[in-house]
Amino acid sequence: MSTRRSFIKISALGLGGIAAAGGLTRMAMGSSVMDTITKKTPGKEKLLHRTPTYCEICFWQCAGWVYKDDEGKIKKIVGNEDDQHCNGRFCPRGTGGIGQYYDEDRLKTPLIRTTIDGKQTFREASWDEALDLIAKKMKDIAGKYGTESMALFSHGSGGAHFGQLLKAFGSTSIAAPSFAQCRGPREVGFLTTFGDIIYSPERIDIRDTRCLVLIGSHLGENMHNGQVQEMSDAIDRGATIITVDPRFSTAAGKSKHWLPIKPATDMALLLSWIHVLIENEWYDKEYVALHTTGFEQLKEHVKTYTPEWAYGITTIDPNMIVETAREMRDASPAVIINPGRHVTWYGDDTQRLRAVAILTALLGSWGRRGGYYQPEKFHLPSFPVPAFPTPKRQPSQVYEGKYTLANEVVANGICDATIPTGLDKGKYKGWIVNGTNLLAALPDQAKTLKAIEALDLLVVVDTMPIELTGYADVVLPECTYLERYDMIRNSNHRQPNLALRMPATEPKYKSKPAEWIAKELAGKLGLSAWFPWENIEEMLDWQLKKAGTSLDEMKRIGVKNFPRETDDLYFKEGEEVSFNTNSGKIELYSSDMEAAGFAPLPVYTAHEEPPDGFYRLIYGRAPMHTFSRTANNPNLTDLMDENVLWVNPKVAKLWGLESGQPVKLKNQDDVISTFPIKVRVTERIRWDSVYMVHGFGHNNPKLTRAFGRGVSDTELITRVHIDPAMGGTGMRGNFVTFITDINNTEKEAEV
Amino acid sequence: MRYAMAVDTHKCVGCSDCVVACQTENNVPIGYCRDWVVEVTDGTYPNLEAEIRSERCNHCENSPCVRCCPTGASHYAEGGVVLVTPEKCIGCGACIASCPYDARYPHPDGYVDKCTFCLENRVKKGLNPACVSVCPTKCMYFGDLDDPNSPVSKVLKNRKYKTLIPEAGTNPQLYFLI
Repeated sequence: MSTRRSFIKISALGLGGIAAAGGLTRMAMGSSVMDTITKKTPGKEKLLHRTPTYCEICFWQCAGWVYKDDEGKIKKIVGNEDDQHCNGRFCPRGTGGIGQYYDEDRLKTPLIRTTIDGKQTFREASWDEALDLIAKKMKDIAGKYGTESMALFSHGSGGAHFGQLLKAFGSTSIAAPSFAQCRGPREVGFLTTFGDIIYSPERIDIRDTRCLVLIGSHLGENMHNGQVQEMSDAIDRGATIITVDPRFSTAAGKSKHWLPIKPATDMALLLSWIHVLIENEWYDKEYVALHTTGFEQLKEHVKTYTPEWAYGITTIDPNMIVETAREMRDASPAVIINPGRHVTWYGDDTQRLRAVAILTALLGSWGRRGGYYQPEKFHLPSFPVPAFPTPKRQPSQVYEGKYTLANEVVANGICDATIPTGLDKGKYKGWIVNGTNLLAALPDQAKTLKAIEALDLLVVVDTMPIELTGYADVVLPECTYLERYDMIRNSNHRQPNLALRMPATEPKYKSKPAEWIAKELAGKLGLSAWFPWENIEEMLDWQLKKAGTSLDEMKRIGVKNFPRETDDLYFKEGEEVSFNTNSGKIELYSSDMEAAGFAPLPVYTAHEEPPDGFYRLIYGRAPMHTFSRTANNPNLTDLMDENVLWVNPKVAKLWGLESGQPVKLKNQDDVISTFPIKVRVTERIRWDSVYMVHGFGHNNPKLTRAFGRGVSDTELITRVHIDPAMGGTGMRGNFVTFITDINNTEKEAEV
Repeated sequence: MRYAMAVDTHKCVGCSDCVVACQTENNVPIGYCRDWVVEVTDGTYPNLEAEIRSERCNHCENSPCVRCCPTGASHYAEGGVVLVTPEKCIGCGACIASCPYDARYPHPDGYVDKCTFCLENRVKKGLNPACVSVCPTKCMYFGDLDDPNSPVSKVLKNRKYKTLIPEAGTNPQLYFLI
């Protein structure tokens, strides 16, 4: 890679500040411990005050209360009992969210890339100077290449503010890795079947289900708060859990049936289940007749997908395939074939999720209690602003002819289009990246770096010095969610609801809220008309008053639930329902897929298998971490400070590996992990795979707790299987082998 | 009155929320904990079983830690809850060595610390201990065993349970539903 944009550690100028602040934080914590010892007598304790928030540690956005003592020091965060996302109980990340605020490694001041004595470095800058520079560069880009050459990548609450800015500027290239790197295939798979998406939080009625089928989804380790709570309720009520996973996950440990499937063969199992339901007439005949089209074609299509056929592919006992199908039938319609969340695995993921959707329809569980409910969202008006300018190019035009079924912007499509090829100088010249570490979120890091290299402007807005900040031209320190307002949370749920986030305290250091940054930058770009409020409180109060409440009331209650407008949480028995598909029915045979040139009924495709001596790299989640963003949180690293590599004992014996032994990993493309990872020899993983938790192996030394701890799965995911239907980046087709002599592979650490 | 806790191993997912909630509620310094999660796997692939337990001080009726404490810092408080009075503790560590459950740790401020069932700061105010009230899976039940209607009494009446290291003869009051 050329050195035009070399990786910079957050500048040495900031070092003194970091050290001093760290010291202060620790002292403060020590003294607070003393406070409580001397104030043990009830009545003499400090009073705690609370302000409402909704959590930003993950996308679930649970609403809660931030408690502070008399001195305004944040003590704890707990769930809001009125909130449907959390029912008053935060998950470990939400409870430990306090650590994001206290993390002494936070970004503290705006930074600008500069060259001193031929060496690239960051220098501290004022907000004014940093925003002036960004505005100037954005104007340059607009003049030279057009406003549509600016793109925004975001994950989380900041996206709304920077999105407003970008649309006002004249670009609709606003992408989130949560689509094409995560849940996209399921939205498209269900959209083409039911004419509607799954939403977040998912519309699955786990609370009342009688059978929950998890396919590669590890709820419990994947700490989707409301879902984990409801899974626990379902266990109490005696629901059957069926888990399909090559790994004995936590959920597998709670399951009546664990199907230890050969990785990459899920489609064969799904098709076989469909076959069994149809051949045995175990499907919901009335529902299928009333609501679906394409049943006869489906029946013909799955004729040969017998359990015996699937056995040869999946290694799942055919009797078990029949038995689990029977369990689903017995529980129907209160059965959930969980559509999952991170489902970009092998490149045919939309088709796999289509198979999930078809099973769902056959079991009659869409729109039924214990299956899928119909969520409702509050109609919250937006503060009036002028119409946005129409950009010369829509994002889908940069990947014209590809990913035609994508219903959201494809992040990797934007990234690819940024890379110059031949005469094309690259379709994007500026990126604003907020709340997502693209180098960990997008697979194939070399490609992402190539795109970054081609940019005239990279602005990174974040709370932490992540890998991406090292490549930025300007780094803007965003304050944490505990220090700011954001847009009202307005989610699809059983009941429409609104939740408020307000600052519990002033922003630390020189950090600023995303809404302030976007508004200030808009001012410098002459776009203030799209941010016409004096401050965000005025805008929120206007919105809330339209909703029949107010900012003042929301500050007191945090969450407001509204009655549903229509009494249709579930379908009424025998009721005609109009689906938002071409036929108005549930399309078992998808006309959308067919029109777009894809198989209208899902087919099984064999995927590549690991070469000799290599093992499929499977990755997943830990309940105390979110992606790579919490890896430095002091409270959460205290629970888990590195990932480990799950290795089957047979494999360990073959390689002479022992638990706790550090190894490096090499993938099929000869990419070697930057850091070693400790082996965990366990029976809980198949012999053809290894497993690690995503989000570790950080290589920014400014993350003092996360640096060099464990291995980054992303850096080993260099082979990406793109889903042609919607651009999803399939990441499970990568294979690794062990390097046991880790000292001989030591790479020169980046300086 | 006899305070006790039951943890449902069928529901616990080992997320460690109990650990963080305890730390923030009770000002437990980072790097230390009063409760923790244990995961046990049995069998060989694919015939496996797992048990996950959120563990803490067992608040034993016959506590070796109270018996061996030379200063009386370790004592039985209301409802049989075993507590340490920091002002009386000389940090000798005899209690740490005597505890079969490894439930105590030396606090950096020079005394021995452990789970209190949140007796003073929560239970006496009518609240559940922090771990119980935060748990997303609602796998923990707390209350007075002398009250047949307390959540812990009810669940122990209806479910099969075990205690840890019963052979130590400590009569632990932390139950695991199995």
